Amino acid sequence: MKQLLLGAEAIALGALDAGISGVYAYPGTPSTEITEYIQKNRGGREQPVRSAWSANEKTAYEAALGMSYAGKRSLVCMKHVGLNVAADAFINSAITGINGGMVVAVADDPSMHSSQNEQDSRVYGKFAMVPVIEPASQQELYDAVRYAFDLSEALKLPVLLRLTTRVAHSRAGVEGASIHPQNQLNAPYAPERFVLMPHNARRQYNNLLAMQPQLEEHSEQSWLNRLIPGTGTTGVLAFGIAFNYVMEVRQAFGLDCPVLKIGHYPLPRKKIEELFSSCDTILVAEEGYPVYEELLRGYFGNNNIKGRLDGTLPRAGELNADSVALALGLAKKEVMPVPDIMVNRPPELCKGCGHRDLYEALNTVMSSHEQHHVFSDIGCYTLGALAPYNAIHTCVDMGASITMAKGAADAGLRPAVAVIGDSTFTHSGMTGLLDAINDRSPLTVIIADNDTTAMTGGQNSSANGLRLLEICRGLGVEEAHLKTIIPLKSHLAENVAILREEIAREGVSVVIAQRECIETAARKKRNPAAKA
Amino acid sequence: MQMNIILAGVGGQGILTIAAVIDHATLQSSLTVRQAEVHGMSQRGGAVQSHLRISDKEIFSDLIAEGTANLILSVEPLEALRYLPFLAPDGKIVTATDSFINMVGYPSMEQILAELHRTNHPVLVNAAELAREAGNVRTSNMVMLGAAAPFIGIAAETLEASIKKLFQAKGTDIAAMNIRAFRTGEALSQLQATAT
Repeated sequence: MKQLLLGAEAIALGALDAGISGVYAYPGTPSTEITEYIQKNRGGREQPVRSAWSANEKTAYEAALGMSYAGKRSLVCMKHVGLNVAADAFINSAITGINGGMVVAVADDPSMHSSQNEQDSRVYGKFAMVPVIEPASQQELYDAVRYAFDLSEALKLPVLLRLTTRVAHSRAGVEGASIHPQNQLNAPYAPERFVLMPHNARRQYNNLLAMQPQLEEHSEQSWLNRLIPGTGTTGVLAFGIAFNYVMEVRQAFGLDCPVLKIGHYPLPRKKIEELFSSCDTILVAEEGYPVYEELLRGYFGNNNIKGRLDGTLPRAGELNADSVALALGLAKKEVMPVPDIMVNRPPELCKGCGHRDLYEALNTVMSSHEQHHVFSDIGCYTLGALAPYNAIHTCVDMGASITMAKGAADAGLRPAVAVIGDSTFTHSGMTGLLDAINDRSPLTVIIADNDTTAMTGGQNSSANGLRLLEICRGLGVEEAHLKTIIPLKSHLAENVAILREEIAREGVSVVIAQRECIETAARKKRNPAAKA
Repeated sequence: MQMNIILAGVGGQGILTIAAVIDHATLQSSLTVRQAEVHGMSQRGGAVQSHLRISDKEIFSDLIAEGTANLILSVEPLEALRYLPFLAPDGKIVTATDSFINMVGYPSMEQILAELHRTNHPVLVNAAELAREAGNVRTSNMVMLGAAAPFIGIAAETLEASIKKLFQAKGTDIAAMNIRAFRTGEALSQLQATAT
């Protein structure tokens, strides 16, 4: 019986059925539902599957590597920018290699629906020189996860599973297969692999280089790379879910062009050569950066290759059937325009959200300063950048609010104010605060503690409430300048007074604005049995 | 058989519940379904949409191509217009007329209605009022599903069975109320069809 699953959920079920002993992850759209599905559906397995959220992608990655070191299968999940955070561990784990199968599921967000960039994780896969799997459909995701675990164990390398928003957040029927039992604990001593001092690292790196032809051979044989035969002089090289759009157009317009579907990297050289030798022109359709188009085109160019680099397809943003149809020379059809009366509807903070009251207080204080920069971070509170608050003026990467405020304070900017959420603070704000304390940089850090990771749907954050206070104390924040406020309308005057005093002060202050997210509070009220 | 449906609304208005009911009914009808949805930032009061595709053949793309949507089902009138480029020449709009205004520059209802009436006999539904009659304004989305039911290509009884199945966990009363809301919407839609 088929189950209707999001692509993200298909990965989760595939990993459970492939016998993982644990999943490690930090929430991030569009990857969050992988871990959530495992958390909800891990029961009833022969052996327990650990699944709690990690503090950030780097801690998640390293824990997954440790589980693999101990011989068990592990899954680690993140959004594309999360791989930047975990990149050190990722690249080096390709040098050490792994023991138990390890799959790294990374969800890219082309068109930036919920992200600050549209970086393409396949570049990381190439950089680390590990196999990359990029399935096109929900069923393929399920099957490919199981395949990736076997491949990872056979090659003793982590396998990168790349997905993009549309397959992650689209539902389709998925059929399950047999269940692989969990691996036994098996942690052989192998310091020659895992101690990456230069003498070992050089040897291990050479081993990785020597394995590359073997990786290409696996791609050559892979079921994820296959030719859909056709006629005509134009062929299509369709990567990942670009394959879906190409096939949609092919079906809708009755085309018969040959299509080589690519879902397993490094590139299968022979298959590509076959397609190129049978066609005059090749359309390269990639969801993401024109990574392989650039490679195939070469530095001096090849006019027979069409794609994102010559404007045949748009350079940025996700593909769709319409852009692919145009690229295949089909005329643009007349459609109804969006009426002129249309206005944008940007997202906003929920009615009754504590961040609203925090920003009202903060704006009151900052309006009395000539310099009123507020450095901020990534979470629901980022919506404070929009009207009516316009309260924050930076959002760059996880944790950057504190460190950017520190640098600006070091440059002489007064006041220097940072707003960061509880989950973002534990993700990568704490170390920046330690820097500021050690350097005596005068800044005020406001931790908007809503007791959850709200933007991604209310996952548990690594620390909140009293533990945040303890962390700040432990990092060295002076007791007299470690304050807690409750962001409620009725506390406005008091909150303004506290913020005014701490922001005016020349030193490190932390103000924790504590009030539970109204969404998670409402959910708990509706379903008291839900885990607090 | 192939149906392309765009579900439109504002984050929090329950379009994913409408999608879940249609998805379930589709599987019961042994058809293939693909349903792309929006998670993340826009769910906070922003414009949200779901592309829902039903077919008796293989479906490749998760997204609907421009000019090929058979139905735009919207729980907010301005949001129905946002996706007009997707509507097929003979496609249908079924929309609630209850405005959700959380931004500046929201056009007047006269302007919105004028644009809606440029499409092929739109079905306009006072969903909130009908939902309140059914027992709770929160059933507006099921009123809208009912109003769209004649255009989905799945039997109304199958959709009803799916509503029952999906709401049963919340209690028999809640399931019955949502079915009532669905029937109210469906009746209104039938009435408008006879009138035009």
